[in-house]
Amino acid sequence: MTTTSMIPCGDFKTRYATDTTIFPTATSRNFAILGIVLLAVAPAFLDRYWLNLLIQIGYLGIAALGLNILVGFTGQISIGHSAFFGFGAFASAWINNRFGIPVALAIPLAGVLTTAVGMIFGVPAARLKGLYLAIATLAAQYILQDFFARANWFTGGVAGTIAEPFSLFGFVFDTDGRYFYVVLFYMVVMYLLATNLMRTRDGRALVAVRDHYLSAEMMGINLTKYRTMSFGISAFYAGIGGALYAHYLQFVSVEGFTILFSIQFLGMIIIGGLGSIMGSLMGTAFMVLLPELMQASTDLLSGTAVDRMLNLKDSIAFLREMAIGVVIILFLVFEPDGLAHRWKQIKAYWKLYPFSH
Amino acid sequence: MNLLFQLLVNGLIVGALYGVVAMSFVLIYKASRIVNFAQGEFLLIGAWACWWLLTHWQLPFYIGFPITLAFMMIFGVVLQVVVLRPMIGEPIISVIMVTIGLSIFFQALMKWMFGVFAKPFPAIFASPTVNVFGLDVQTVYVVSLVISILIMAGFGWFFKFSRMGLAMRATAFDQQVAQSLGISVRQVFAMSWAISAMVSAVAGVVVGVVNGVSSALSFFGIKVFPAVILGGLDSVVGAVVGGLIVGLLENMAHYVDSQWLNFGNMYEIAPFYVLIAILMVKPYGLFGTKDIERV
Repeated sequence: MTTTSMIPCGDFKTRYATDTTIFPTATSRNFAILGIVLLAVAPAFLDRYWLNLLIQIGYLGIAALGLNILVGFTGQISIGHSAFFGFGAFASAWINNRFGIPVALAIPLAGVLTTAVGMIFGVPAARLKGLYLAIATLAAQYILQDFFARANWFTGGVAGTIAEPFSLFGFVFDTDGRYFYVVLFYMVVMYLLATNLMRTRDGRALVAVRDHYLSAEMMGINLTKYRTMSFGISAFYAGIGGALYAHYLQFVSVEGFTILFSIQFLGMIIIGGLGSIMGSLMGTAFMVLLPELMQASTDLLSGTAVDRMLNLKDSIAFLREMAIGVVIILFLVFEPDGLAHRWKQIKAYWKLYPFSH
Repeated sequence: MNLLFQLLVNGLIVGALYGVVAMSFVLIYKASRIVNFAQGEFLLIGAWACWWLLTHWQLPFYIGFPITLAFMMIFGVVLQVVVLRPMIGEPIISVIMVTIGLSIFFQALMKWMFGVFAKPFPAIFASPTVNVFGLDVQTVYVVSLVISILIMAGFGWFFKFSRMGLAMRATAFDQQVAQSLGISVRQVFAMSWAISAMVSAVAGVVVGVVNGVSSALSFFGIKVFPAVILGGLDSVVGAVVGGLIVGLLENMAHYVDSQWLNFGNMYEIAPFYVLIAILMVKPYGLFGTKDIERV
């Protein structure tokens, strides 16, 4: 059926393979390829400001996808994701600085190390449900934050740590335009991995655990294994994202990985859509662009009566936090299925126009 | 040795406050099955409101404080009706995220309105310290302990003997049956938020009088989690016990820290280690109800 550009009305699929295909039509595949090609030539046309935003969306999007696998696909609430993101950042810098392993190898190794830490916190999590779990991950957040501040050998303590730029065969990716490709490569690979994971037996088991864990257990799904596994996978993604962040900024400080950052990750996947791969990316884009939009509107309003009334220059940081809170609440009340779902509806509308279904 | 004793007393007093906040947290959870991550912000808002009335309007404490409580009651009801009511029947993650969103919003709002620096309360008591068994204890602490005990007793009486308290317990036990027996579940929800906001505000004002009012107050809301989890999420008695344990634990950790370890912030982090350890052994806390689930 993949030869036609439109799916005919009704369900004519006769094999599972066609049902679980990534690209149901040739057009959708071509659009995805076009998107990647457009991104690949982007550095030639965009200035540093936009590249910086795209890179941010890239590494945060990878980490957000990890959280979505844990929360959206497996139904395990985690409020400690930024701590794992931070751990990945420190781990990559540490592996590179301490053992002299090149950055290109340090990034995946940092992912593996973060997976191990995620598994450690995943073991108690395997016994906990719903809210008790959320609070255990909250404890993980604080314990890891405390560890960052204390472990001088690993994080450089209060002073932070230097991370070397990414280089491959002597070619150094130290400008935004160059590093963009590193992030793009990782993003495409990680998103493909996640998409394919959800098409395997293991991925479906995760969804079964989310939907009804008791039934899942009766059907022979090993709950402990899959819960711990989903923690591990989520930590792996967070670690890779964090490592990319470290080598982009080339400096990691212990301050940034707070509970607010964790909540922002949760905000990303809620806005994008729980249990949606592309939704993670959309939500991340939304979350990254929202403060920029606010900054732009602040610049626009500077000197006007509104500016004088609200004292925008000094209060922008607070307004930004307030906006994050408000956006999360509004999305949950008015658009609980997230942006990905809305996007599907828009696509369906265009496809079916002038009919309703 | 004297230091140890001082810390023990401190731990008991702070623990009693934790217990009060944990109780108001459990009240919301029991009645409406909502986990309120904005509990700490209730303390914050209450403390700022009281501070504002006392400094900006120059009201005496015995007038400003009741006004604060009345305001917090209304605030709790409005919050429940406007934000939480649409969330009834949504999955747990959505409800948690809404309260987290509220928490971020209010915290930023308070910083924006009152600034980021701690502001001291005007003096309320005639003498700053009183002598208890040969120990100099701040008057505020003694008063706060008395208030905590009063609130706990009040809660006990409320749940056992008042109509509203009975209605709340019925709702917590089985919403549908309670509704069919003529209990207004909406009223119960609104009421639980109102009481919770009010009681938290009392704790907020007490802590504000001791340390000055600042955003650090909302960390109380985070500290409540270990307390609540230790006690079990749906046990009011457990909340008090858990609060006391966390308060004592903090101060003992502080003692160990200052004597031998010199970590510097064991005080902050010890409850979370214990939390993880307890959850490993007892996944439903010490007094929490074990769910027996059937397909």
